[in-house]
Amino acid sequence: MSQTTIYSARKIITMNPNQPEVSHVAVREGRVLGAGSLEELAVWGDYTLDARFADKVLMPGFVEGHAHTMEGTMWRNVYCGFFDRMDPNGKVWAGVKSIEAMLERLKEAEAKLDDPDAPLPGWQLDPIYMDNALVSRADLDRVSSTRAIGVLHASGHIMNVNTKGLELAGLMKTGINHPGIPLGPDGYPTGELRGPDAYMPVGEHVGFDRDVLGCDAEGLRDFGKLCVRTGTTTITDLAARLGDEAVEMMLEVTSEADFPSRIVPLRHFMGLTPEELIAHAKELKDKSTDQLRLGMIKVVADGSIQGFSARLRWPGYHNGADNGLWYITPDHLSQILNLALENDLHIHTHTNGDQATELVLETMEEALRNHPTPDHRYTLQHCQLADAAQFRKMKQLGMCVNLFANHHFYWGDEHYTLTVGPERALRMNACRTALETGVPMAIHSDAPVTPLGPLFTAWCAVNRLTASGRVQGEGEKISVADALYAITIGAAYTLKLDGEVGSIEVGKKADFAVLEDDPTAVDPSDLKDVKVWGTVQGGRVFAAADL
Amino acid sequence: MKPLPVTVIGGYLGAGKTSLVNHLLRNADGLRLAVLVNEFGALPIDEDLIVAQDDDIISIAGGCVCCSYGSDMAAALSDLRKLDPAPDHVVLEASGVALPGAIAGSVGLMQGYSMDGVVIVADAETLQANANHKYMGDTVTRQLADADIVVLNKVDLVNDKTRAESEAFARSYAKNAQLLMAEHGALPPEVLLQSFVERNRDSGTGHDTSVFDSVSLSLDSPCDPAALGQLLASEELDLVRAKGFVRDADGAIHAVQSVSRRWSSEAAPEDSPIGLVCIGLKPAFDGDAVARKIAELTG
Repeated sequence: MSQTTIYSARKIITMNPNQPEVSHVAVREGRVLGAGSLEELAVWGDYTLDARFADKVLMPGFVEGHAHTMEGTMWRNVYCGFFDRMDPNGKVWAGVKSIEAMLERLKEAEAKLDDPDAPLPGWQLDPIYMDNALVSRADLDRVSSTRAIGVLHASGHIMNVNTKGLELAGLMKTGINHPGIPLGPDGYPTGELRGPDAYMPVGEHVGFDRDVLGCDAEGLRDFGKLCVRTGTTTITDLAARLGDEAVEMMLEVTSEADFPSRIVPLRHFMGLTPEELIAHAKELKDKSTDQLRLGMIKVVADGSIQGFSARLRWPGYHNGADNGLWYITPDHLSQILNLALENDLHIHTHTNGDQATELVLETMEEALRNHPTPDHRYTLQHCQLADAAQFRKMKQLGMCVNLFANHHFYWGDEHYTLTVGPERALRMNACRTALETGVPMAIHSDAPVTPLGPLFTAWCAVNRLTASGRVQGEGEKISVADALYAITIGAAYTLKLDGEVGSIEVGKKADFAVLEDDPTAVDPSDLKDVKVWGTVQGGRVFAAADL
Repeated sequence: MKPLPVTVIGGYLGAGKTSLVNHLLRNADGLRLAVLVNEFGALPIDEDLIVAQDDDIISIAGGCVCCSYGSDMAAALSDLRKLDPAPDHVVLEASGVALPGAIAGSVGLMQGYSMDGVVIVADAETLQANANHKYMGDTVTRQLADADIVVLNKVDLVNDKTRAESEAFARSYAKNAQLLMAEHGALPPEVLLQSFVERNRDSGTGHDTSVFDSVSLSLDSPCDPAALGQLLASEELDLVRAKGFVRDADGAIHAVQSVSRRWSSEAAPEDSPIGLVCIGLKPAFDGDAVARKIAELTG
C-alpha cells in the first residue's frame, strides 16, 4: 500500500467551489487523495502528518499558458532591464535606470570574462523608460573595443552593438542603405540595429544563438528553477521546432527525479507543409509523458504591436506606420485548421492585432462548418486588441483566449501615446469583456518577453496599471478571485489539462504553489508582492531556498 | 571569395513563382542555380528535372539544387556556401506573404552575398482581385512596390482589356520596375538573373531575342563607376539590366551592374574583362542611342 502524506496548512485555497478553503490535503502517489479537514482525510487509512506548511498558504500550482523555455537560457546574458528581476538562482538583479548604469553593469561582467574573444551579450534594455536615450556604438566601445558586445532590447525588436560587433559582421563600412540601420554623420552605422532583419547578421557575433527559440538541458533546468520560485507547476513552451534531438533532451530532463515542472511544448507551424505538420504533431503526441505533454501546435498569424508588425484593422497604427506583417496566408491557415480539427489536434494561434484575430475567427468559423468539433478549445494567444464583437464571436465558436496581461504594464503607456492611441489602448487585453462574454480565459507573461510570475500577471489584470502608474482601462479590471482562477483552472482549461491540474481536489495532481501570504487577504495592489516559498509538484516538495 | 549573387522571386500565391523558377532551371544551360524555397509545399520542382532527393536537398539536372529554408534564411544561405561544387547564383523564392524588399535588405547585409534584384511575379488574371483582398491586399501592392522587375504572368489567359488593366495597375505600384509579360513563367534567363548576362557575355552566346535586345560596348576610356551606374539605372536609358567592368580615372577596375532602377558597383580584380552589356526590352530599345549616351559620359 502506498504511503499517504497529509499536509496541514494555514489555509488551502482549492479552487474547488464545493469547498473553497480547507486546512489539510492528503497526497498519495503524487496525486491528491483528498482535501478537507484532518478528520475527513483520516478515513483513507494510515498517513504521515506533515506540518511543514503549517504557516503557509497553499494554492493549486500555477499554470502558465504562454511562456518560452528560453527564459532559462537568456540569463546567461547580462541583465540590462529597467525593472528588478529574479534570475533562476534567486538573485534579484536591480533594474538599470540609465545608460551609464547599463554600461557599468556590462563593465562588471566584462571584467569577469577570461577569454579575450568571448562576446558579451546583454538583454532586456528598454530606453523607453529612459527618455528614449540612444545607445551608440561609441558608448558600448567604452565597455570594450576588442570584444563584440550586443544588447537586445526588451521589445525584442532592436539591438545595440559596439564597433567590434559591426566589424565582425562586416557592417563597419559606409554606404549601407537599409531602413533598419541608421548612419551617423560619419556615414558609418550608429550601432543601433532596428528589426530582426537588421540585427540577425550581427547577433551570432555578439553572442546570441541563431535559434532564438532554442533551449538546452541546462537552460531547461534553470527554467524549472524559475517555475519553483514563482509557484508555477505546469508551463508551456510556445513554441519550438521540436526536432528529434530537442525532444530527446526534453524527455530526459523532464524525467529527472528533481525536475519540478510539467512542460507543454507546442510545435511551431513554420517550415513544414500542413500535412507534415499534422504528421509531426501526431508523432509527438505519442511521445508524451506525464511531465512532457507533446502534440499541440502553434500557428503565428502576425507580429507584435510595439514592433509595428501586428496586423491592425482600420484605422491602423496611431502614428501612421504601415500596417504590419502576415506570417501566414489565409489558405495556409485554413488548411492547417481543417486538418487539425480532422485529426483531433489542438491549436493555439498567435494574433496580436485585431485584423489578425479577425482572420483567425473567420477561418475558424469556416473550418468548424467543415468539421464540427465539440470542445476543441482552440485558443487565441495574446489577442491584445480584440473588441467586444470579436469576443462574442470567440464564444460562439467555442474558442478560448489567453490575454497578455503583463504587456499592459510594460508597454501600456507606449500603446496609449504611440501605437494604437488612447481609445484602443483602454480595451487592450480585455479580461473583463472576455469573462462577461463567457470566453474561457487565461492570462500570461510570454516569458522571457516579460518576467515569469503568475501572481504578478494576476496583479496586472486586477490593477491594470501601466509602468508610469496610470490605471489604463478601469472597465477591464477583474477581481482577485477571477485572476487567481485565470492562473490556475483558467490556463489549465486552454491546455485541456483542467481535469488533471488547476485545483486541489481528489484525483488531481498534487501540484501546489506554497505561499507565505494569502493572496485573497492582501490588498489587491499588493498581490504581486505575495512571497512564494516554493512548490509541490507531483507530490514532490521543492523549496525555493534549497534550489 | 566572390560574392554569391541572390535574386529574390516574390509575389502572391498562385502568381506562378514556381513555374518561373522551373523555367529558369530548364534553361540554366550549365549555370549552377541554387533555389531556396520558403518551405516545401507541393513539390516546388518539376519531377522530370529531379535527379535525387533527400530530406534537405533536391538535386536537379545540370548541377542545380533546391533547398527549403523554413524560418532561418540566413542559415540556409550560409549552408549553400558549403556546397561543392559551389553554386553560381541563388534564386530565393519568397513565401506568398513575404515582403521581398525586407529579404533583399537582409541579404544585402550578409557577408559573402550580393543582391541581384527583386523579381515579383503577378497573375494578370487575379492581380487586381488579390490587391482588393480584405486581408492580403496591401501585402500584394507592397510586394509590387519592392520590385525591380515585375513579371505579369499568365497573359495568355486574359483578354486584351484585362491585360492592359493589370499592366496599368502593376505599373502604378511598381514605380521602379521594368514590366515583362509572360506565359507559364517563361522568360529568357538573361533578363531575370544577372549571372546569365555575365556568362553569355564571356562565352559570346546569346539567347532568345524575341523579348529583349542588347548592345555590347567596349568602354575604352576611363569613367566614374558611380556616374555610370546612375546612368544605367536611369529612366532615360530604361534598361532592364546592364553588367560590365570599367576602369576609373586612377586605373582601378570596378564591376558595375544595374537592374531597372537599382545599381551597384564594387572593386573588381585586375584581370576582369573591360566592357559592358546593356539589355533592354523590345520594341523600345535602341542600342545605338544607348551606346551614344554612355559614350557622352565616358567621353
